[in-house]
Amino acid sequence: MNEFGAVLQVRGLCKEHGQGQGLVRAVDEIDLDVPAGQMLAVTGPSGCGKSTLLHLLGGLERPSRGEVWLAGRRIDTLNERALARLRRRSVGFVFQAFHLVEELSARENVELPVLLAGRSPRAARRRAATLLERVGLADRARHLPWELSGGQRQRVAIARAMANDPLVLLADEPTGNLDTAATLDVLRVFEELRAAGQTLVIVTHDERVAATADRVVSMRDGTCVDDTRLAAQAAGGLGDMFGLGE
Amino acid sequence: MQDAVLAMLAKEPSHGYLLRERLRKALGPLGESMNAGQVYVTLTRLEKAGLVASERAEGLPDRPDRKVYALTPAGQRRVAAWLSEVSWPKPNLAEFHLKLAAAAAGRLADPVELVDAQRRELMRRLGEAQRALLAEPDGSTAGLLLEGIALRLQADLRWLEACERVWSKVENESEDT
Repeated sequence: MNEFGAVLQVRGLCKEHGQGQGLVRAVDEIDLDVPAGQMLAVTGPSGCGKSTLLHLLGGLERPSRGEVWLAGRRIDTLNERALARLRRRSVGFVFQAFHLVEELSARENVELPVLLAGRSPRAARRRAATLLERVGLADRARHLPWELSGGQRQRVAIARAMANDPLVLLADEPTGNLDTAATLDVLRVFEELRAAGQTLVIVTHDERVAATADRVVSMRDGTCVDDTRLAAQAAGGLGDMFGLGE
Repeated sequence: MQDAVLAMLAKEPSHGYLLRERLRKALGPLGESMNAGQVYVTLTRLEKAGLVASERAEGLPDRPDRKVYALTPAGQRRVAAWLSEVSWPKPNLAEFHLKLAAAAAGRLADPVELVDAQRRELMRRLGEAQRALLAEPDGSTAGLLLEGIALRLQADLRWLEACERVWSKVENESEDT
């Protein structure tokens, strides 16, 4: 896809808050490559800097030092206007609290980013219909957010994040407000996106969410302490692994 | 396995292959690796123990050697006892805990590295269970088994996190002295 072979590339990334004695390094010298099509989970205890890292990856915050490259383009040095445009078109965000526009229907929420990207209302409507179908909510298109369950709202938010076919989908604790059944529904949507080749970075403290990723990066105190690839298939079937048999 | 095979026979006398199908259906994705041999070996053992009896049934032309298995009165008592028994498998935490303690005491290995290796393996298993669960339709009873496995692995992973937190401090202390 580009000369680096990675959709996202991060070098020596630091984010500091405060100064002097009160200086906190939320993100401390992180290097990271996310290849196209990878589903990466970032885990760690609260306060480890995982959400800050996600904000830096998507251009929601600027780093104190270091570089962020998206599809071969350095984004941490872009001006505000270029950065806003990039956030609208090339990055999809999903948040714990959904952040849907409460006055707009599910369909209108998904249409909005398409319209903001300068495409026609007709194109927006088509795109929203396709995406709501994909997340299993075609029959909820006219509902307002408060008429939907938490899991349904989050799936609308995922459809919205996919509206402009982003290079990468960034999700911050996407299942943090959801029960087990709704979490599984959201994970099924992520699984489908991954199967279609979408690059995903998911920040989560839920081991069951992280375990569905291709790769898990663990953070402590702003740094990566572990990087595990899970994609390898276990030898033998599930039954062997969980002690069925004799 | 023996108790489960016995209990599956309680409904009605059955051929071995039918039993296997019932077990596989109940287990869902976890039953895929179960082979016919396992069921027949179990049935033979149960027969020797006097818990089931078999008789040769009218065979089909292509499968002349079919046996039908049925519970004996002793088998029925065993099934009743199994159903009323309140047991729960114990996860073997003490062994892993002692492994860490021994590794640290004898400087055999870094306990934090042992925890990391264990965590990676459990994450891999949790991933397998979760992916199988995602492939199950809503309300599937086989999905319940996967849900139970996933919840247990999640609890184990949280315990490992606590192990890592504490053992990494223990090590620092001993280095200071």
